[in-house]
Amino acid sequence: MKRLLIPLAVFLLLVGFLAVGLNRDPREVPSPLIGKAAPPFELPLLSQPDKRFAPGDMRGKVWLLNVWASWCVSCRDEHPVLVDLSKKAVLPILGLNYKDRNDEAQRWLQQFGNPYQLSVVDADGRIGIDYGVYGVPETYLIDGEGVIRYKQIGPLTPAILEQKVLPLAKALKK
Amino acid sequence: MIPELGHFALILALAIALVQGTLPILGAARRQPGLVALARPAAQGQFVFVAIAFGCLAWSFYSNDFSVLNVATNSNSQLPTHYRIAATWGSHEGSLLLWVLMLTIWMLAVTVFSRSLPDDMVARILGVMGLVSVGFLSFLLFTSNPFERLLPPAPDGRDLNPLLQDPGMVFHPPILYMGYVGFSVAFAFALSALLDGRLDASWARWSRPWTTAAWIFLTLGIALGSFWAYYELGWGGWWFWDPVENASFMPWLIGTALIHSLAVTEKRGAFRSWTVLLAILAFSLSLLGTFLVRSGVLTSVHAFATDPKRGIFILGFLSLVIGGSLALYAWRASKVPPGARFELLSRESMLLANSVLLLVACAAVLLGTLYPLFLDALDLGKISVGPPYFESVFVPLMAPAILLAGLGPLVAWRKGDGAQAARRLRWAAIVALIGALFLPLAFGRWAALTSFGLLLGLWIIGSSFTALWVRMRSATRPTRAFAGMLLAHAGIGVFVLSVTLVKSYESERDVRLAPGETLSLGGYDFRFEGVKGVEGPNYQAARGTVTVTRNGAPVARMAPEKRVYHVQKNPMTEASIDYGMTRHIYVSLGDDVGNGAWTVRVHIKPFVGWIWGGCVLMALGGLLAASDRRYRTEARRREQADATLVRSSAA
Amino acid sequence: MTRTAGFVFLCLLLAFSVAKAQEGNPQTENRIRQLEEKLRCLVCQNQTLADSNAELAGDLRRQVREQVAAGKTDEQIIDYLVQRYGDFVLYNPPFKATTVLLWVGPFLLLAVGAGVLVVVLRRRRRAPEEAALVPDEKRLVERVLGPAQAGGEAAELRNGEPR
Repeated sequence: MKRLLIPLAVFLLLVGFLAVGLNRDPREVPSPLIGKAAPPFELPLLSQPDKRFAPGDMRGKVWLLNVWASWCVSCRDEHPVLVDLSKKAVLPILGLNYKDRNDEAQRWLQQFGNPYQLSVVDADGRIGIDYGVYGVPETYLIDGEGVIRYKQIGPLTPAILEQKVLPLAKALKK
Repeated sequence: MIPELGHFALILALAIALVQGTLPILGAARRQPGLVALARPAAQGQFVFVAIAFGCLAWSFYSNDFSVLNVATNSNSQLPTHYRIAATWGSHEGSLLLWVLMLTIWMLAVTVFSRSLPDDMVARILGVMGLVSVGFLSFLLFTSNPFERLLPPAPDGRDLNPLLQDPGMVFHPPILYMGYVGFSVAFAFALSALLDGRLDASWARWSRPWTTAAWIFLTLGIALGSFWAYYELGWGGWWFWDPVENASFMPWLIGTALIHSLAVTEKRGAFRSWTVLLAILAFSLSLLGTFLVRSGVLTSVHAFATDPKRGIFILGFLSLVIGGSLALYAWRASKVPPGARFELLSRESMLLANSVLLLVACAAVLLGTLYPLFLDALDLGKISVGPPYFESVFVPLMAPAILLAGLGPLVAWRKGDGAQAARRLRWAAIVALIGALFLPLAFGRWAALTSFGLLLGLWIIGSSFTALWVRMRSATRPTRAFAGMLLAHAGIGVFVLSVTLVKSYESERDVRLAPGETLSLGGYDFRFEGVKGVEGPNYQAARGTVTVTRNGAPVARMAPEKRVYHVQKNPMTEASIDYGMTRHIYVSLGDDVGNGAWTVRVHIKPFVGWIWGGCVLMALGGLLAASDRRYRTEARRREQADATLVRSSAA
Repeated sequence: MTRTAGFVFLCLLLAFSVAKAQEGNPQTENRIRQLEEKLRCLVCQNQTLADSNAELAGDLRRQVREQVAAGKTDEQIIDYLVQRYGDFVLYNPPFKATTVLLWVGPFLLLAVGAGVLVVVLRRRRRAPEEAALVPDEKRLVERVLGPAQAGGEAAELRNGEPR
C-alpha cells in the first residue's frame, strides 16, 4: 500500500537534511555584505592617531581586513597564522582594532607580532556594526573595487587560507 | 578499579543486549520456546549490569575520583554531596548512561508485569527493547565512554556548571528520561504486534497503562524543567521554544495522541494501524530529540558539548531504528482489517480529530525547530525561528483541540447524540462565555486574546465537571479511567487559564535603587535595604534584602543573590521568589552601580504557579486513569484465560 | 567545554546582570523596547536584543535608540540591521519566498489533516456494523462458540465493559 510508505519517505527526507546539517554550524551568521561594497569609514590609525584611513585608500588592491582585539582569546590562536601570512607578503593585511584600548592594543602587538600594514581604531564598535561584526576575530577579503568577496567568521586557520582565501584572492587579482 | 569495573559491566550489558535483541525474536518467529525463554532473564541481566555500571560512575563522583575524566570535568571536591551525585548525569556521557539505565528499568518492569502476556509476545517486546539498548550501549562504549581515565589525575575538578547546582538537577533529568524512554515500551508493543500480525484490541489494552505511565513521567519531567528554568534563570520566563524543549514537547504531543488513540482501539477495535503508527512516532521523536540535543545540529542553551562524530553515529542509529520500524509498518500494517463503523458525531470521530490536531501541532513544532537547518542545508540563507513564530502557530492549532476535549466526554461511542450533548453543555458554555467576557475587566484590562484564552480554559474545566456530573447521575458509576480523563482535561484548563492570565497581566520594572529607596509595582511596595556579603558552601554571594509591603502591611522579605562560585568564577544570579497562590513576586539583583546602589528587577506574575499546578493535575489524572481496575488483577485473570485459548488455538 | 557551550554558558550568566536604566518618556521607551523585542541578539542567540546583556546587544540597543531619536521609522531601523546581519537578526522570521513553507506549512498540514479526517469519517459511515476480526480473534471465537456465532459475539467480546 503506497500510502503507508509516506511516513517512511518523509523520515528519509528528514534524515537527508539532518545529515547535511551535521556539517553546518548553526551559530554562524553569514554576512549579507558579500558581493556588496565595503561600508565606508574614516578612522584614526592605532600607531598614529592624528592620521586617518579609509577603505578607499586601498582601491586597486586586494586586501584582508582583520577584526581583532587584545582582550580576544581566539585572536591569539589566529595571530601566528596572520603573522606568517604577512611574512609571505602575498596579501596586505589591515587590522580593525575593535572596542579596545590603544595602549593595551599596542602592547599586544608588541608581544605577539604585528602582521598589519596598519591598524585602525574602532573604539565604540560602530564600524563593526556596519560590517556586521558579531564576534571577534572576523576577517574580510576585499577586492580592488572595494567589494567584500569573503568573510571569515572565527579564527583563520592555515587550511582555510589555503583552500578558500588565497585562491580567491589570486582569482580576484587578475 | 571501580571505573574499570563499570566499564566492564557495560561491555557485558552490551553482550547481553545483543543476545536479547536477536534470539528471542527469532525464537518467537520460529516457535522455539528455548530461545523465547531467554528474553526475561536477558532483560534482567542487562538491568543488573547497567545498574552496576551506573553505580560505579556515581561512586566515582561521590568519592571525588579525579582520575576519571568525566568526574574531573564535571565535579569538584567542594561540591555538596547531593550535587556530586547528580553530576553523574550532568554531562553527555553520564546522561546517556542514565538514559540506558532508564531503559533497563522499563525492561525490568516489563519482565515483572507481563505475566499475563503470551511468552512469544514478551519475547518480541523485550527483543525490540534489546535492540534499542544495543544501539545506545554501542554509542556509549564506542564514542562516549564515561569511564575514560585522566592520567595523571587532576588535583581537583572543573566543577559542575553552577546553573546545574540545584535540586532541579537531582529530579528533572531522571524523571524526564523515564518519560522519554518509557515510550519505547509502547514502541516495542507496536512492533511486536506488527511482526506477529496480532493487532487486536488486547494489544491496545496491554499497551495502554505502559503508555500512560511514560506520559505521566514526561509531563512531570517537562513541567519540572520549565519550573526550574523559571526560578533559576532569573528573568521569569518558563518556556522558550528552545530546540531542546521542543525535543521533549514533540514526543509529549504524540504521546497524548497515542493515549487517546489507544482508547479507541481498545474499546472499539478501530484505528489499529493509526495507533501503531503513533506508537512508532512517539518513540521516534524521543530518539530524534536525543539526536538534536547531542549532535550540534541546532543551537540551544541546553545542548551538550557537541561532536560531529557522535552526531553521525546517532543519525545512523536513528535511521536504522526509525526507518526500520516505518518500513515494517508499511509492509505489515496493510494486513490489518478495517475497524468498525461510527457516525460523524461520535467519540471515535472526536478522538480522530484530536489525533489529527495533535499530530499537526507536533509537525508544526518540528517544522519551526528544523526550518533554519533546512534553509541552511539548501544554502538558502540563515534565519532564526523563535517564540513569536511558535506561539502564533501553536495556539490556533491547539484551540480547536481544547474545544473538542470539552465536548468529547459527553459524546457517546459510535453514534453520539448532538442535541443531548449540547443541552447538557449549555451551562458550561454560558459560564465560559460570561467569564471570558467579564473576568478581564476584573483584572483591569480587556483584550481579545485574553478573553479567548479564558474562554478555552473555562470551557474545558466547565465541561469536564458537566461530564462528571452527568455520569454520576447515570446508571454507570464513573470509573477511575473516566475520572482520570476528566481530571487531566481539567488540568489542561488550569494550565490554559494561568498562561493566559500571566501573559496578559504580568508586570515588571527594572530600576536603579540605593539603600532605602522604594519602587512600586502592582500595588506592592519594594524597599531595597542594601546588599551584604555572604559565604556559601562553594560560593561567595552578595545578598540583597528587599522588603515587600502592601498598603503598609508586610508581605515578604526577599533575598536575591549574586553568587560567584569558587571554581568557575563566573557570576550567577539567584532570584528571590515569593510564592503565592494568586501571584508570584520575583526579585533579582542586577549590577552593583556604586555607592551601595544596585539595579534591581521586579516582576509580579499573577497565577503563574498554576501553570505547573495544571501539569501536576494532568499527571494525577493520568495516574488515576492508569490505576483503573481494568488494568489490575481481575482483568489480568480474564486476559490470561483469553491468552491461553488463543495460544492453544494457534498451536 | 567547546566554544559553543562556553558561549551559551556565558550568555546565560550575562542574562542575569540587569544593566538597563530607564530614561526618557514612556512612549519612546515603549517603542524602543518593542523594537528591541523584534530583534535577536547575535551573541546570545536565543534571546531578544531587549533581554540580552551581551556587549554587542548593548551596542545595538544604543544604535536603535539613536536612530529612533534621529526620527527613523521602525521599518528603516530594522532594515538597517538586516542589511548588516541578514535575516537572522529578526526574532520572528520574515515572510518571503524562502520562508513561505514555514509560515504556511502548519496551516497547509491542518488542511491536509482535515481532508484526511473527512475522507475517513465518510468511509466509516459506510463500514460494516462491527469491526472485522483479526485471524486470531476469529479462531478464538470459533473455538469457543462455534463458527456461525463468530460475527455477532465479536462485539460483545470486544466491548467487555459497558460504556
